[in-house]
Amino acid sequence: MAVDLKFEAASALHRFGFGPRAGSIAALASDPRGALLAELDRPSIGRISDSDLLTSGEAARAAFDFRQVQRAARLAQRAEREINANAAKNAVPPTVSQAPADQIPSAQPPAMENGGMEAKPNQSAPNANAAPRNPGPGIPQQIYLEEAKVRIDAALSSEIGFVERLVWFWSNHFCVSADKGPVRALCGAYEREAIRAHVLGRFADMLNAVESHPAMLLYLDNARSIGPNSLAGVFRGKGLNENLAREILELHTLGVRTVYTQDDVTRFANVITGWTIFPPRQEPMRGGEFNFNARMHEPGPQKVVNRTYADTGVDQGRAVLSDLARHPATAKHLAQKLARHFIADQPPQALVERLAKRFNDTDGNLKEVAKTLVTSPEAWNAPRSKIKRPGEWIVSALRAMGVTPPDVRPVMQAHNLLGEPLWRPTAPKGFSDENAAWIDGLAQRLDIANQMARRVAALVEPEAVVDAALGPLASAETRQAISRAESRPQALALLLMAPEFQRR
Amino acid sequence: MPINLHAATRRELFLASGALFAWAYMPKIALAEGRDPRLLVIVLRGALDGLAAVAPVGDPDWVALRGDKALTLDGKTSALPLDSFFALNPAMPNVHRLYKQGQAIFIHAAATPYRERSHFDGQDVLESGVGKPGFTDTGWLNRALSAIEPTGRVDGGRKIFAAGPVTPLVVRGPAPVMSWTPPRLAPASDDTLMRLLDLYRHTDVDLARVLEERIGLAAIARSGGMDANPGQNGAPRPAGVAQVRAYFAETAGAAAKFMVRPDGPRIGALAFDGWDTHADEGVASGRLAALLGALDGAIAVIETEMKSSWRETVVAVVTEFGRTARINGTDGTDHGTATIALLAGGALKGGRVIANWPGLKAAQLHEGRDLKPTIDVRAVIKGVLADHLRINEQALATKVFPDSALLKPMAGLLV
Repeated sequence: MAVDLKFEAASALHRFGFGPRAGSIAALASDPRGALLAELDRPSIGRISDSDLLTSGEAARAAFDFRQVQRAARLAQRAEREINANAAKNAVPPTVSQAPADQIPSAQPPAMENGGMEAKPNQSAPNANAAPRNPGPGIPQQIYLEEAKVRIDAALSSEIGFVERLVWFWSNHFCVSADKGPVRALCGAYEREAIRAHVLGRFADMLNAVESHPAMLLYLDNARSIGPNSLAGVFRGKGLNENLAREILELHTLGVRTVYTQDDVTRFANVITGWTIFPPRQEPMRGGEFNFNARMHEPGPQKVVNRTYADTGVDQGRAVLSDLARHPATAKHLAQKLARHFIADQPPQALVERLAKRFNDTDGNLKEVAKTLVTSPEAWNAPRSKIKRPGEWIVSALRAMGVTPPDVRPVMQAHNLLGEPLWRPTAPKGFSDENAAWIDGLAQRLDIANQMARRVAALVEPEAVVDAALGPLASAETRQAISRAESRPQALALLLMAPEFQRR
Repeated sequence: MPINLHAATRRELFLASGALFAWAYMPKIALAEGRDPRLLVIVLRGALDGLAAVAPVGDPDWVALRGDKALTLDGKTSALPLDSFFALNPAMPNVHRLYKQGQAIFIHAAATPYRERSHFDGQDVLESGVGKPGFTDTGWLNRALSAIEPTGRVDGGRKIFAAGPVTPLVVRGPAPVMSWTPPRLAPASDDTLMRLLDLYRHTDVDLARVLEERIGLAAIARSGGMDANPGQNGAPRPAGVAQVRAYFAETAGAAAKFMVRPDGPRIGALAFDGWDTHADEGVASGRLAALLGALDGAIAVIETEMKSSWRETVVAVVTEFGRTARINGTDGTDHGTATIALLAGGALKGGRVIANWPGLKAAQLHEGRDLKPTIDVRAVIKGVLADHLRINEQALATKVFPDSALLKPMAGLLV
């Protein structure tokens, strides 16, 4: 029996957590289910208490200020160029025209703000017409990296990592993208404020926090959506943007091809007009924070999914969200996604139904749903078929080897290379949770595994890492391949690439 | 090239992502003699088949032992004669030239005191300089530095300089490590890829399929003309040869470029992987030939980059153990015992194969299967450290190679 429990402990650490650290398997072996449940009950689990981190409002204002400085520098540069061009026309010696461009201080557009993590070659030629030199990451990128480090550290230092995995799941379900306009500086705060705060709370509360968060309102354009008959709509002749309303129905709650129509999308979009942010330019204290702007809000009642909602201002939208959160289609949609993420691409229907029922019975209590997940027999019987997503695999590899990278950038680069750049999905649907999306990236994982193994081979003993990270999960073939490896780095790379370590 | 100074703590080793070699300043005694010696240690990880590198063509049992895998002087790919008894793998023309110039020495049937067959433990014994496994804190090259009297210094102290993505144990220890970050990381070797594929084929067919596709794509990329220098007999080269050659040459060249500087390091170490040739060894034209060719190229690069300092240089090439005397069932060789060590450099009294040949008859093999060790590779290293770096015998016998007082340094290796 002890052997089975050890096996279950190792399985649970990979399937529900971020993989074992040294000693994890033994620590869980007396009661794997109990350990998962206990993690859910730990006080303030899932929260991050770091007073140095900026709120989304602070981050938005810092990013805004940064862009203002850049813009000023650009304008100054352009003015210099024009002056120089005029001067050149007036037959001033050409050498003079070179000098001022070099004197522009280093506040330049951040090559990385919207361009992702990939370093761009510096422009070294001092040419007045060339793109300005890259001064290094700007404020938004700095905030992004700080938040990324906090997130990775939380995953690395968690006991099992079940709650962190739930955070990652919900964050991906309600994804925003750092590549969209001003969102980069906000994604970390968004995850802390909207996802972590409710990860074991009520789904309705998470939904409300998400859809009214500046990051989401900016990402899916609702900040600019104006009711056609609102004061602003009439005055400015601008109008509705359906983006957020559609994705709430299609992706966040009911699910695609369920109970809503195009008319529901349009009317729901009307409902949430006015859900926007305080413009940083005019609001130095509150800029970037959520604001219900009644002047942008479409007046009148709206019928959404068979129910009519009176115009109660911001509460009209809250009422719709509250009902969407409790709709049976939402329960089914979320249960399916949870089971697919943790258990199998095609999860057992009984499990999906049990999760949906628990969701309905508890008014969307996410902690209770999580408990149901880990106490369901299917969660333990299902074959270990899921290929870890790149981020999960990277974190589990670092945990297995017992190293905490002092610099998060190589970890982010590994995410990028493997196709899962942090907070940068290509579409609002988020990153896929199906094996087919990730299996072809396995060859790239070998290169990453090789690099990681070479960096840490001096610090660890491969056989000890096998015992710590796989224990009873390790097949005889895998153990043999590791013990016969020609070097420690090769042994470690093989371990990180072993099917038992890739799948959960 | 950026160089970073790291204290060789375990944490720093993780930070030091770069190539590494050992770095030290001139020994005072050598300086007083007007010498400026350089020592570069190259560790071949995976266990080099010494019999395939330097073949005992004069041994009457040689061909019977290895059959058509035995290098001979008149084979399809003729070995390069060294003396009346030994011949060099034809993949190593540069080393052969150095040998003819009196600048290379082979030591055959050599081994560390380690007699088991684990790579990890074997490498630890080779690099730690301790007679048994389990000692992985410091390496003999680092401790050798502590035995050298530091000179009046420009830099503030003795330093170790090391190249290769993993800091070799041989340079780890109290002396600070300087690291150099190579422009390219060592690619995941084809050997690793094939081992992983083998594991997947036995345990996970879906993952195996993905890797097979990658290998197929890689083969197409190679046939697209990237490697305009095909292998012998017109056969396609084993996968990744150009990459391996480039990596060996780049790493070795970087080491030499640092060591040739007047203010540069004088002692360095680096490691090359891939020598664990269990299957399809490719002695004359396959994988091992490619690796030996890459090593040959790396030594040639060092010679070139060292310029006139080459005459004060010793390059010591060592491996954790040898391989089985006989070929196994998959045209390869399994883990064995004795093998060769190679010394190259202008400071050597070379052109010699040093061996106390144990013979190849079944009864002469170690445990009936491996070439029997008759020379302790520590004696060779002690000889180099004593005569080249002037490290005193007392330090060699206690600090550098603990408990080795009975093992005398091999004399007369240097000019």
